[in-house]
Amino acid sequence: MAATAQDSLAPLRSGEGKKDEDREEETEYSPFYGIEKGAVLQEARIFHDPNLDPRRCSQVITKLLYLLHQGETFTKKEASDVFFAATKLFQAKDPHLRRMVYLCIKDICPGSDEVIIVTSSLMKDMNSRVELYRSNAVRVLCQIVDGQLLAQIERYLKQAVVDKSPVVAASVLVSAVHLIKHNGEIIKRWVNEVTEAAQSRQPMVQFHAVALLHALRASDRLAVSKLVTQLTRAQVKSPLAQCLLVRYVSQVIADSQPGPGGESRPFYDYLEGCLRHKSESVIFEAARAICNLRDVTARELTPAITVLQLFLSSSKPVLRFAAVRTLNKVAMSHPMAVTNCNIDMESLISDQNRSIATLAITTLLKTGSEGSVDKLLKQIGGFMSDIGDDFKVVVVGAIRSLALKFPAKQRALMGFLASVLREEGGFEYKKAIVQAILELIQEIPDAREAGLGHLCEFIEDCEFTFLSVQVLALLGREGPTTKEPARYIRYIYNRIILENATVRAAAVSALASFGARVPELTARVVVLLKRALYDNDDEVRDRATLHLTQLGGAAGGPEAICPSLQLNLAAMEGALAAYLASDDTQQPFDVSTVPKAAPEAKLPKPQGGLMAAAAAGGTAAAAGGAAAGGAAAAGSAGGAGAAAGYSSQYEAIIKARPEFASLGPLFKSCAPVRLTEEDTEYAIHAVKHVFAEHLVLQFDCTNTIAEQCLEDVSVMLDLAEAPEFEAETVLPLASMPLNEVGQCFSVLRRPAGISAGKMGCVLKFTVKEIDPSTGEAEEEGYEDEYQLEDVEVSGSDHIRPLGLANCQCSASPNIRLLCSADSLLLLLLPPPHHQLEDVEVSGSDYIRPLGLGNFRGAWESLDPATEREDDYGLGPREALQDTVETVMGILGMHPCEGTEAVPPNARSHTVLLAGQLPGDVRALVRLSFGMGADGQVAMKVVSRGDSEEASEAVHAVIQEA
Amino acid sequence: MGIWLSRMLSYFGEKEARILVLGLDNAGKTTILYRLQVGEVVSTIPTIGFNVETVSYKNIKFQVWDLGGQTSIRPYWRCYYPNTQAIIYVVDSSDVERIGISKEEFHAIVEEEELKDALILVYANKQDLPGALSDAQVAEALGLADIRNRDWAIFKTSAIKGDGLFEGLDWLANTLKARGR
Repeated sequence: MAATAQDSLAPLRSGEGKKDEDREEETEYSPFYGIEKGAVLQEARIFHDPNLDPRRCSQVITKLLYLLHQGETFTKKEASDVFFAATKLFQAKDPHLRRMVYLCIKDICPGSDEVIIVTSSLMKDMNSRVELYRSNAVRVLCQIVDGQLLAQIERYLKQAVVDKSPVVAASVLVSAVHLIKHNGEIIKRWVNEVTEAAQSRQPMVQFHAVALLHALRASDRLAVSKLVTQLTRAQVKSPLAQCLLVRYVSQVIADSQPGPGGESRPFYDYLEGCLRHKSESVIFEAARAICNLRDVTARELTPAITVLQLFLSSSKPVLRFAAVRTLNKVAMSHPMAVTNCNIDMESLISDQNRSIATLAITTLLKTGSEGSVDKLLKQIGGFMSDIGDDFKVVVVGAIRSLALKFPAKQRALMGFLASVLREEGGFEYKKAIVQAILELIQEIPDAREAGLGHLCEFIEDCEFTFLSVQVLALLGREGPTTKEPARYIRYIYNRIILENATVRAAAVSALASFGARVPELTARVVVLLKRALYDNDDEVRDRATLHLTQLGGAAGGPEAICPSLQLNLAAMEGALAAYLASDDTQQPFDVSTVPKAAPEAKLPKPQGGLMAAAAAGGTAAAAGGAAAGGAAAAGSAGGAGAAAGYSSQYEAIIKARPEFASLGPLFKSCAPVRLTEEDTEYAIHAVKHVFAEHLVLQFDCTNTIAEQCLEDVSVMLDLAEAPEFEAETVLPLASMPLNEVGQCFSVLRRPAGISAGKMGCVLKFTVKEIDPSTGEAEEEGYEDEYQLEDVEVSGSDHIRPLGLANCQCSASPNIRLLCSADSLLLLLLPPPHHQLEDVEVSGSDYIRPLGLGNFRGAWESLDPATEREDDYGLGPREALQDTVETVMGILGMHPCEGTEAVPPNARSHTVLLAGQLPGDVRALVRLSFGMGADGQVAMKVVSRGDSEEASEAVHAVIQEA
Repeated sequence: MGIWLSRMLSYFGEKEARILVLGLDNAGKTTILYRLQVGEVVSTIPTIGFNVETVSYKNIKFQVWDLGGQTSIRPYWRCYYPNTQAIIYVVDSSDVERIGISKEEFHAIVEEEELKDALILVYANKQDLPGALSDAQVAEALGLADIRNRDWAIFKTSAIKGDGLFEGLDWLANTLKARGR
């Protein structure tokens, strides 16, 4: 369409050129310079003129379009006015003007109800004898058309697909590609015509027809594959169409599962054939497609590399660039395949186009041998100053990987990095260099001293605070263990004298670190730190004072200067968030409550095997499984993993209460559920503790109203919707403290196995108002209630990951409120009757994930009689992976044998899950997912368990969800 | 200069007139337009939008705008009112049921400020159909007699047969020329 726009502007521009000559004295600017919307809209009134001047009208439209493309917007009224005015131009017969009118309508595009006014005119033009009218009218019409109208004009469009004129046919085909989004059904009926157009001798028609054929089948993988097979055998003459075809072919190859063994890929021969095409674009497209093949072999690569090598010495810069860029990418995975091109590539280093040169260099760096490093470095050094920062960053990245590959060459490479570090450069570039040096220091022991030296020099003259601070921290960490720690002191102390406050503070800490870890230097460091005591920045002084005290042995001693906080960061974040949300920030945050990071969590993945992979998968259930696998102490946040964490956290609370001793060991504690809205007078959270035959509901209660004192607090449960539960005891809370958490409990007896239900909760308490004058509670109080949200107990509450204690279940609500209400305010309040939200118990509350090594063995060992099977339709989904994760989240079970990972583009998948129910009852599930062409996902669930109830429980949980 | 030249031409040569053809849907507006322009009956579909054609008759160049009559398009008629010398209002004489609606639309047009100088020509169309109202009946149904201080005329026409159309145009041409003097 852009081409049309330009063509139609071309005669206009020349016209204006002439006009400018006529009016040279009036203006010497471009006709579009400084034009204003208001003025142009005013000018647009000439459209209403009974005697139209086509040339002037075209100019005005050009200005309007210019404004639109400059980002100017028209209000609805303005657009509508201009539009109706423009429709009047249909009376003119001037072809140039008519084309401008088409553009104007298409771009201004007023409301859909107004735009219909041009339909009739466009339809007439669509059947006009003038090709140009036909094609452009079709384009505009297709843009404004709705489904109903499309059905009316369909036959004209269908006919136009096979129009003799290539311009018209191409217009319809392009429009159809756009229409397919909303009116796919209608376009599908044109398949025969489009197929015919795909055989057209006209390159543009063929190109668009191929694109449309593919778009028609895009959602059906099999059909695309068939189409591609068909087209690769037919004669596709248009180079552009063939480029498209190559892309479709590579998509088909990517979607097909790789065959076992070394059998040749489908269509590889076709791609190879395209390498001999006479059009360069096709050759390149095919070569690129081959290079991008998944798991491409060196043998398959060879012909593609050969043609790319030819391109490298082409006279066209675009070909050289394309080839070198593709080779650069290949070099990452197959450096050996690219080495053949090294000679050609070396000549490109001096290419005039810096982008080509940079890509050539970095490719050479990737493929280069140890021997060629020095030569390359010399060449790069020559042109580093000529290229932009973006490319410099690329070069630095390449140098870094080269240094890691050839540690023996680190001296030369480090020298290069140091020299570029000294040159001018932006932040991103410097950061890349510093990062590269940091990495080399960490990875290559030999490089440490030299690297630190270069960094010290760098911070001597560094304009980026961020980088200075980073380097100083590194010096503080690494410096003391070097051979000559003393030599760094000067660099660091210079910072204290010369830099801004942020850097000074970092330098003070770095210095103190030397003092703490290098005894010989302590005395000297103390002297230097004392000077920093007179700094004019608070932070610097504070740090200096603190570190001096620590070096003096107080405040934790020298060890405290470089503390190693081995905290579980997720738990830390959770604890801090809870602390900030609790409104109770009077007390300082206690770090010791945060679980320490389990040391094994830091071990590399392979050790954890499946568990680590599962945790990386990030699914709630998987995290739970990982916790079961031994990392439970990590108390990772989120999902079932969090539940495991809560268990340990709440176990202490439960154990502290002698009343619960008789219930047996705790099976599982669920995550706290909020029962009140945010910002209400009382904050109540419910925690479900599952015991063998009981469910204890713990209610954490907080009063936020200072003027009230709440006593004798308990939660009354409405068990109407949870018939399986039976209230046993209620442990009230004597007094609900202000802004602190108190607990009351409700103990419910429940049948063994899984029992689900929903319980309404009402908070009951006695309110005593606090006399503002004395600050003491009045003696007389009154009873009050507050409605809470339901507590739901689900099946997965009863399932927990294997490895935790046995499963018990019982509920006991304990609500504690912290109240405060102005006595005056209270008078204004309606009669206090606060409804708390209900507590719900659902089936999944009872399920916990179970890690299992040999799923098949376990499956066979279970009685087939317990097998339950059911099918579920899950509706349209984006991808199977998400669906799998959702279902695993619902079930709270652990995936086995890595089946939770769905292969890319898979249309069907089977997931194996294992979980455990109260009473050590195992349940295993086989989930089979299938995805239809329309994205509809069907799920088949087959479960087996140690008992039939366990097997049924799984289905109950799914049906519940 | 172009405009000046065309004005001069119109002064000495052909006179120009801008005419709107209005009326309810299925009244026969498009058929009338093309009957006037090419002299034949063309097959038409409901006009979504408008058709614009030039008809030269009696040394007057009529620029005829045939606007669609569907309810969804009627609100946009007004966008085409300015600079209009005459309205041809077409009534389907056989559509007795909707003659009331036709009257309402007609009066809305007549009262339009921008059209206060426009001539009003009513075609009581489809006279070939059995049960068609006569021109007098249509005139009465539209309340033509109540229109004062305006030039108007009613003709019974049949676009299919070609009856009455050019008589109406004669009236238009003559009245316009009379005004031009």
